[in-house]
Amino acid sequence: MRLTNSLLLLLLLTSSVAFAQESEKNLKKLPSVSVKNLNGQTINTAELTNNGKPMIVSFWALWCKPCINELTTISDVYDDWTEETGVKLVAVSIDDARSTAKVGPTVNAKGWQYEVLLDANGDFKRAMNVNMIPHTFLLNGKGEIVWQHTSFSEGSELELIEMVKKLNAGLPLE
Amino acid sequence: MGKRFILICASIVFLSGMVNAQDLLSGKVSGNFQIDAQVYKADSAIGAEEVSEKMLMNSFANILYTQGSFNAGLRFESYLNPILGYDNRYKGTGVPYWFVSWQKEKFGITVGNFYEQFGNGTILRSYEERNLGYDNAIKGVRVVFNPYRGIALKALVGTQRFFWETGPGIVRGIDGEFAVNDIFDITNESIPRLTFGGSFVSKYETSSDILVGDNGDQLLILPENVAALSGRFNLNHKGFMLDGEYAYKYNDPSSVNNFIYKPGESLLLQASYSQKGFGVILSGKRTDNMSFKSSRTESGNLLDINYLPALTRQHAYALSAMYPYATQPNGEMAVQAQVNYKIKKGSLLGGKYGTDIAVNLSRITSIERTPINDSTALNESGTLGYKSDFFAFGDELYFQDFNIEIQHKFNSSFKALVSWVNLKYNIDVIEGDPGDPMVKANIFIADATYKFDPRNAVKCELQHLGTKQDDGDWAQALIEYTFSPTWFFTVMDQYNYGNEDSDKKFHYPTVALGYTQDSNRLSVSYGKQRKGIICVGGVCRTVPASNGLTITLTSSF
Repeated sequence: MRLTNSLLLLLLLTSSVAFAQESEKNLKKLPSVSVKNLNGQTINTAELTNNGKPMIVSFWALWCKPCINELTTISDVYDDWTEETGVKLVAVSIDDARSTAKVGPTVNAKGWQYEVLLDANGDFKRAMNVNMIPHTFLLNGKGEIVWQHTSFSEGSELELIEMVKKLNAGLPLE
Repeated sequence: MGKRFILICASIVFLSGMVNAQDLLSGKVSGNFQIDAQVYKADSAIGAEEVSEKMLMNSFANILYTQGSFNAGLRFESYLNPILGYDNRYKGTGVPYWFVSWQKEKFGITVGNFYEQFGNGTILRSYEERNLGYDNAIKGVRVVFNPYRGIALKALVGTQRFFWETGPGIVRGIDGEFAVNDIFDITNESIPRLTFGGSFVSKYETSSDILVGDNGDQLLILPENVAALSGRFNLNHKGFMLDGEYAYKYNDPSSVNNFIYKPGESLLLQASYSQKGFGVILSGKRTDNMSFKSSRTESGNLLDINYLPALTRQHAYALSAMYPYATQPNGEMAVQAQVNYKIKKGSLLGGKYGTDIAVNLSRITSIERTPINDSTALNESGTLGYKSDFFAFGDELYFQDFNIEIQHKFNSSFKALVSWVNLKYNIDVIEGDPGDPMVKANIFIADATYKFDPRNAVKCELQHLGTKQDDGDWAQALIEYTFSPTWFFTVMDQYNYGNEDSDKKFHYPTVALGYTQDSNRLSVSYGKQRKGIICVGGVCRTVPASNGLTITLTSSF
């Protein structure tokens, strides 16, 4: 009698603890939108992953100078970044039909090693509430968006890599 | 027994309550907003008119709610009153955009307002460009169906946004895209990747009385249903890409084409090759009578059903972007070639980081037009208009742009970019200034950035535009100081020193200051703005001359 009562009480307690945990901050993950990659394949953005490691998603366009600046600056140190932290950068181009076909040749000529996606009609951009570009998101190992930043100035990539290192070390970001 | 029963029931109720609460809590709200406010000062010298409201403001806020496969969103917009350069019919406040959608694995439905593009958009593209005031959202229903791996089908019906209302025409469309490699489960990467697709779009608009003819007494029999078809393919193999899209539009007499009954056609072909350090792309496009709107009496950037991309390079500097090309929907033949090359790191000209070189050439002419018979003038209303040889280039040059851009990072503190642009711009056709001669211009740009330390940098831009036509020569200098990641401060001046009229040699100075905190940004600028054209994505809007203060606040959450 006492044993079953204790078990039931335990059940009640664990369920209330589980409930309390659910009410903690619910972070947004990547929405499910169809975009294309440079090989012409359709990719579902909700399936973008970096196998438990942090991921950077950066919105850019060929006509956006600060965006090219940001991605070129990171490209110079990308090998170091991936080696140290395992981070992956996904560069989402919002160039429309006018320039979509130029993205591949431009990116390859520059030697960027990012995964490049084409969001020609802005569906992914809208679903992420991106307004002005460059707009960069940082996702933790669980695919949750933990930080975002717009505009780029020389040196802001330092802030970004610091955040990635904190994520890897399990430290809070602020 | 009784007590235990109550305890079990309480647990079940509590657990099921917890599950429902979890569903509610897992929904996420996000959004963004932007406010642009301008305070105007009359400046008759540069042509800046008096603004009776003194201050004009555009603002919008997007809210998005997602929970599992359910999404809902809305956009609140307020123009009190719209800033100069935006159509005055935007005046007011409201919620012109809202939607609800469900998306399962094979099937999705959206009701309300949405944006969509079929292929490259040559027969259907609805999109928004908030900084231009461009928005042709479709309001209705859209269904997406993926019956099998590699097959994507879409169908939609709706009306298009027209300021705070919708246009008179109903747009119906279906699209199918077939990724052959996915359908047949071909994963071998040595086999090229082929995708093809097709669309059918039809618009319905009730007939109206439109009179043409020498005496203005011939009533046109107007088609109430106008259909358009398109087919496309995309081939991808290792570094090669080949992409094509052909569109055909049935007779669609409208204000844009002077009410002729000729069908419209367009063909877009693009081929590219790229590998690490090198990329080349060649594109060609024919456009013949392809304006497709959901209102036959509309002109300007309103109620477009399709999108005709301008096959030109989008310039990122003020003087090289001073004469931007706008697609001529009634007819144009365009070719474009671009080569991107990186001189390797470690070589003599490459230096420590390499040198990026981009060379681009685009050339656009009219289409060839010949009369349909001896008794009908070219483009006469109520007739078939003209005949045009599909592969012939017309005699009139609309636009030619040859440009070279070289970027080099010298060391960890200093990098620079130089660019030369040679332009031929048919201002008569593009801006509607009949009689004005072709603008021939040479533009030089030098842009250098120096970093004092990891967080402090200064950028200096020098630009020069030399031309004997239009307003003559221009020079621009800009200095920008940035403290990353938060502050920027810019001082710039645009000087029309080469204007033939010595009274019009104006300076357009501007001072700007900005602060960014994560995804929030505030910028304030004060100065004079030249009357000109702002283009984003091939759609342009003219901005009148203005003098005053501009405040922009933007945020995402």
